[in-house]
Amino acid sequence: MLASGNEAPVTPRAARMVLPRGRMPHATVVLFATVVAVFSLVPLGFIGWVTYDVGWETVKTLVFRPRVGELLVNTVLLETITIPLSIALAVTLAWLTERTDIPFARLWAWLAIAPLAVPAFVHSYAWVSLVPGMRGLQSGVFISVIAYYPFLYLPVAAALRRLDPAIEDAAASLGLNPWRVFFRAVLPQLRLAICGGSLLIGLHLLSEYGLFVMIRFDTFATAIVDQFQSSYNSPASNMLGGVLVACCLFLLGFEVLVRGNERYARVGSGSPRPAARRRLGWFVVPAVLLPVLLAVLTLGVPLMTLGRWLYLGGAGIWHIEVGSAFLQTIVLAIGGGVLATIAAAPMAWLSVRAPGRFQRLLEACHYYVGSLPGVVVALALVTITVRLVLPLYQTFATLLVAYVMLFLPRAMVGLRASIAQAPVELERAAMGLGRTPGQAVRQITMRLAAPGAAASVALAALGITNELTATLMLSPNGVDTLATKFWSLTSEIDYVSAAPYAFMMVVLSLPLTLMLYTQSKRTAGQ
Amino acid sequence: MTIALNRFSLAFAFTASLLSATALAGSASAQDEGLVVYNAQHESLGREWIDAFTKETGIKVTMRQGGDMQFANQLIQEGDASPADVFLTENSPAMTLVDGAGLFAPIEKDTLDQVPDQYRPADGMWTGIAARTTVFAYDKTKLTEDKLPKSMLDLADPTWKGRWGAAPAGADFQAIVASLLQLKGEDATKAWLKGLKDNATPYKGNSVAMKAVNAGEVEGAVIYHYYWFGDQAKTGENSKNVGLHYFKNQDPGAFVSVSGGGVLKSTQHMKDAQAFLKFITSKAGQAVLKDGTSYEYAIGKDAASNDKLTPLADLNAPKVEASTLDSKKVVELMTAAGLI
Repeated sequence: MLASGNEAPVTPRAARMVLPRGRMPHATVVLFATVVAVFSLVPLGFIGWVTYDVGWETVKTLVFRPRVGELLVNTVLLETITIPLSIALAVTLAWLTERTDIPFARLWAWLAIAPLAVPAFVHSYAWVSLVPGMRGLQSGVFISVIAYYPFLYLPVAAALRRLDPAIEDAAASLGLNPWRVFFRAVLPQLRLAICGGSLLIGLHLLSEYGLFVMIRFDTFATAIVDQFQSSYNSPASNMLGGVLVACCLFLLGFEVLVRGNERYARVGSGSPRPAARRRLGWFVVPAVLLPVLLAVLTLGVPLMTLGRWLYLGGAGIWHIEVGSAFLQTIVLAIGGGVLATIAAAPMAWLSVRAPGRFQRLLEACHYYVGSLPGVVVALALVTITVRLVLPLYQTFATLLVAYVMLFLPRAMVGLRASIAQAPVELERAAMGLGRTPGQAVRQITMRLAAPGAAASVALAALGITNELTATLMLSPNGVDTLATKFWSLTSEIDYVSAAPYAFMMVVLSLPLTLMLYTQSKRTAGQ
Repeated sequence: MTIALNRFSLAFAFTASLLSATALAGSASAQDEGLVVYNAQHESLGREWIDAFTKETGIKVTMRQGGDMQFANQLIQEGDASPADVFLTENSPAMTLVDGAGLFAPIEKDTLDQVPDQYRPADGMWTGIAARTTVFAYDKTKLTEDKLPKSMLDLADPTWKGRWGAAPAGADFQAIVASLLQLKGEDATKAWLKGLKDNATPYKGNSVAMKAVNAGEVEGAVIYHYYWFGDQAKTGENSKNVGLHYFKNQDPGAFVSVSGGGVLKSTQHMKDAQAFLKFITSKAGQAVLKDGTSYEYAIGKDAASNDKLTPLADLNAPKVEASTLDSKKVVELMTAAGLI
């Protein structure tokens, strides 16, 4: 959902990947994919069950109250201001780095995605340390744009690289000036990328907790955690969770609506020539200022604040606990990433090799669960484990299940792309040489898809490293991740002691972010 | 992952080994947790107590960090299957909730004898371990003695609109509301909470509220005393403009909240769990409060608090029956008021 958040419906090219029915071990794979899909429906089912259980009267008093209205207003304002700003910023920056002769284009491209290595709540921590008065909607929008615009930059830049310049030439030859060419020929073709990236940001805004708590902006996620801390798993927190899920589903539906069904594939044969870079002329000065300013805001401020706290703290703040939290985070991140990738594999394979109506439904289940906020998934798992499967309560197993659910879509992305690039003919040839269908998949496709699988693991691991709410609610006794330790220290406004944890989170995220970047290049065919 | 590894590419062998490493790490830390303490006290204070206890007895302790009410409700849901042996809180309403569900084991007499009657419930199902007092932390550059509120209830007055803050979602504040409910009844509490919703800026946590006072965002905040002392002892960076106003006169705002400790009936380590509470309330355990960095009041018999604190006896706190503070009702009222 990241690099190619613009998953197009099955295109004719993909259709050629499809296998004839009956030749492959469909049944087993469908079974596995169905099991994962059923699991991913658990949180939604849980909300439904609580709603039914408490009765309509209680639901009414808990949902239709002024507080929920306030939160809804906050959420709508946040989404409707942040997303357009992020789009404008990401498209401008992507156009500058991909389509103009701006000096050091590659450097700016790297710097544009680097903020992803800084967890959103660390951005917030950096800004609040620098400007203690930051709070409310404005600050929320500002930090959200800074922390999340790379989610739009990545797919938009990738799409710009891939565009066939012939369409722009045609538009220009019809007498349109460059601005009009951009708005009428280029921008419409970026629609899938923009929709995908915006959706991702929209969902992040719904589920983000730490960023908004730090600057005192109330959203559903922060209110649910407040309720949870006052009453642990009460109908009130679950009803807020229900409203939050409704917001997520609305966003998902809205994106489908906006995305539309137009065809974006190239019609001509051969491959497009690379687009010529536009000469900036005198405009180069403001053009360079933009990425420089952005780098200062998105990287300079966090690194400077972190550096300052680290300097003030000296060697004394590097406790042994930093090391143990680092190790626990790595184990959880990689373990969760691997499990999520394994869980996503059957569906990823099916969606490429055997698309169909039922498979589309299964796939939707895989994707929707990742759009749920960690806090909602955690609420569901807390209640279910404590009431039904107590041995699993507060165990690594449950925490990992939560991670798998939350990061399933990320795992699907890398896998789908690389399975789609493994030619089905090779599987057929293997079978022709006497391999069973299962062997053919394992020996051919899984090998070819390995780099994609590694990228999937990295993507999910990046998410787990920065995950906060589900970890806080589900972790086994004695488990501290970098994020949870950082969180408990910043809530006591011990910014100095929190700094090493933030620093280690960045250290851990950086290679994963780089991998994300190279992966986006690969899916763009470069 | 049952297929022979040599058939896979390196990448898959790698992921498989990482997976087993995860499983190993998981099972390794799952065994031998020793005593499990659900700690809703400040993490640093819980840690100081546990380290001192382990040093003296050699008993291993695993701490889980959370909030008062979160843990209280969690314990009720977990019931007999709770992994917890001991529960420590910042305030008493959470203890009352768990006690009401019949989950506590009686505290040993030796332990109870170490704590004066007024800091523990008569039935001896849990015990006080420390105390804290409500204060109005105010901006010394903006407010003078004569402009300070006489009673905490004054803050509901429209003249205070936009001028003060609190951390309503926290257990600390909910304990204050619980005492108000006991002292003045439901209607007065509702009215005050409405005033709070209209007038006050909500913060996440007492220290954040104090920081806001210091930064001049609001003129004052209802918090507990020791956040100020803690900050003064460190750099003073977040409290240099802040003064403390004690309401006294048995005002609801002079409420002294008792932090509690209890042993779960379901524990498999009854002896160790009882020993832990006995240690905390002993001279050595209470000395952690006097000499440590928490600045909470020691409540043990003959135990002295930190010299810098205004003595407990001088606070003129209202008479509140800690064992009957109604946390459930408080959450209900606060939810209805739109505060949480």
